[in-house]
Amino acid sequence: MSILVDSNTRVVVQGITGREGRFHTRQMLDYGTRVVAGVTPGKGGQEVEGVPVFDTVHEAVARTDANTSIIYVPARFAPEAILEAADAGIRLIVCITEGIPTLDMITVRHYLRQVGARLIGPNCPGVITPGESKVGIMPGHIHRPGPVGIVSRSGTLTYEAVYALTQRGIGQSTVVGIGGDPIVGTTFLDVLRMFQDDPQTEVVVLIGEIGGTEEERAAMYIRDEMSKPVVAFIAGQTAPPGKRMGHAGAIIAGGTGTAAEKIAALEAAGAHIARHPEEIADLVATLLGR
Amino acid sequence: MSPPLNRSPCLAPPLRPSYNGGCDLISFRSAMTTLRVGNAADVSGGEALNLHEYQSKRIFARYGIPVPQGEVATTPEAARQIAARLGGPVVVKAQVLVGGRGKAGGIQLAQTPEEAEAVARRILGMRLKGLPVRKVLIDPAVTIRQEIYLGGVIDRAQGRIVMMASSEGGVDIEEVAARSPEKIVRVAVDPCLGLRAYHARHMAQTIGLPRAYFRPFAEIAQGLYRAMVENDASLAEINPLVITDEGTLVGVDGKMVVDDNALFRHPDIEKLRDAEEEDPFEVEARQHGLSYVKLTGNIGCMVNGAGLAMATMDIIKLYGGEPANFLDIGGGASATRVTAALRIILSDPNVRAVLINIFGGITRCDEVARGILAAMDEVQPQVPFVVRLIGTNQEEGQRLLSDAHLVTANTLAEAAQKVVRLAQGTS
Repeated sequence: MSILVDSNTRVVVQGITGREGRFHTRQMLDYGTRVVAGVTPGKGGQEVEGVPVFDTVHEAVARTDANTSIIYVPARFAPEAILEAADAGIRLIVCITEGIPTLDMITVRHYLRQVGARLIGPNCPGVITPGESKVGIMPGHIHRPGPVGIVSRSGTLTYEAVYALTQRGIGQSTVVGIGGDPIVGTTFLDVLRMFQDDPQTEVVVLIGEIGGTEEERAAMYIRDEMSKPVVAFIAGQTAPPGKRMGHAGAIIAGGTGTAAEKIAALEAAGAHIARHPEEIADLVATLLGR
Repeated sequence: MSPPLNRSPCLAPPLRPSYNGGCDLISFRSAMTTLRVGNAADVSGGEALNLHEYQSKRIFARYGIPVPQGEVATTPEAARQIAARLGGPVVVKAQVLVGGRGKAGGIQLAQTPEEAEAVARRILGMRLKGLPVRKVLIDPAVTIRQEIYLGGVIDRAQGRIVMMASSEGGVDIEEVAARSPEKIVRVAVDPCLGLRAYHARHMAQTIGLPRAYFRPFAEIAQGLYRAMVENDASLAEINPLVITDEGTLVGVDGKMVVDDNALFRHPDIEKLRDAEEEDPFEVEARQHGLSYVKLTGNIGCMVNGAGLAMATMDIIKLYGGEPANFLDIGGGASATRVTAALRIILSDPNVRAVLINIFGGITRCDEVARGILAAMDEVQPQVPFVVRLIGTNQEEGQRLLSDAHLVTANTLAEAAQKVVRLAQGTS
């Protein structure tokens, strides 16, 4: 078992003829992901890396039974790409694109909730279930199957944690990058619930950062409803207030959204706090008795 | 707190029931959090474009919001002429992107054009929180019967714009939130409905406005909501919204923060950016597609990825050092980007040592190492470097760096300890 993606995942790549789309389609195919279709309006009939390209997501779904979309479309067109996927019946949409206007995401999120589609991201590395399916831009080879579920707002910081675990022989059930924007489709809380219900996942790693209050919300769920152990790391303890630290959502504002508050909430909820990224693997190893 | 008025016919139930265990406080705080962003003083760099008061009020006026018909002056003489043209007492207001201008003496009343000139001369010579005052706004003074607050923010947790009003205007809304939260009314706006007149009437009634003001208040609140949506603002604030002795409503002070990511569709707003108020190196970094924030320590950092960059700063601190900057070079780590990043880091005279921490994922570490060496060849840094490369081909990458006599490290902890020692000059 795993969450979100597995060997039955049939992927349509939106923006497949662009540089990023083409490159990562090759990478996903090499990993063994079933990439069944691509979409670029006006380029239907072509092939990219042996994958048929369609003009619309509707057509791609009708012809290939794609059930999951990954989006590499530039920021100004990405909101429309997400809506098109949802309208075509796709129920899991992964949006890699960075820099989508926040107000566009308000409308998109609202619509997705109406139709019951799940969005991962935007501004995220995607989702991987090691050994089964990679729907994202993460380096696949650093992962291996195992009992640790990871959910994170960051990209390379997550790769660090995965790499350290794999080096110690500890694999991952599913790794989910929820994205660094202020408004994202899927929150820590959503993913924690899925890991709690996933039989393969024994330990959960939560990697948060400054800005917003989603880590605090996650802490309440950990405290009240979660039986699996959680290891947490929060980046940005040295970040000054009022400055955005790379991610649009990473900002301490009005004294809230600080790392200290998030760490305190998670610690009080019983999560095991890593002081730096390399401690994540140490704590997980201890919890797994290795 | 009143419940948000967010039930709408176009809203299906959420995908999953939201988790409600004590979350009211959090969504409230989250609204407050975003709100603080409005204090222009508190936000810079990164993704937000802060507009000056006079710029914000000009935009508000286009949405039917009554604002004083003032003008901007850059010299005392111009201030006098504007005051003479306006007639009557004026308020001279420093146009600087910091909060607390009034308390710092940046906002003063003048009865005559001559006094306006003298006051403007004083204010134009000031520095407010380190920033020189280059412009003053000369507004006709208004009589004040009551000051109220009206603002809109993006609530991250709810994923909506939240409009807020309070009977206590003219002060920092967070003070009100901390002291008497019951005096703030909030409406989480359904994006497919927008802010309706009945929402605004509910707000007006809740903050105790007399019935006669319901209609003008609603027009202002709806105008402010439209100003936010149509200009991609993450915050728009009228504080205070004044009830004058004559019984009219006037937006006396205004503030807007616009989402950088939406500027492609607002070329007019992009032109309002005040580069004089930004850190020149943050501006240069933005031009290179790098994300850079200057800090006060002495260890320069170059990292790929925002989260990892923050974690690298944190571990430097954990081992007794102080980071000089946040810098995310993004994906790839090509020689040109690394060169630009090195120049920006080394432009800070406080930097005593530099830590480069790169997770080579799909990009191989030997390629990254070659990029770093090419950049160092060009920049010729005079301070010691510690480089940590992790990922594919890391042994090859580290060998290339060692051959070039750079200090390398395998773990982040080792890298941090080494760079802290180098910065302290003890190794």
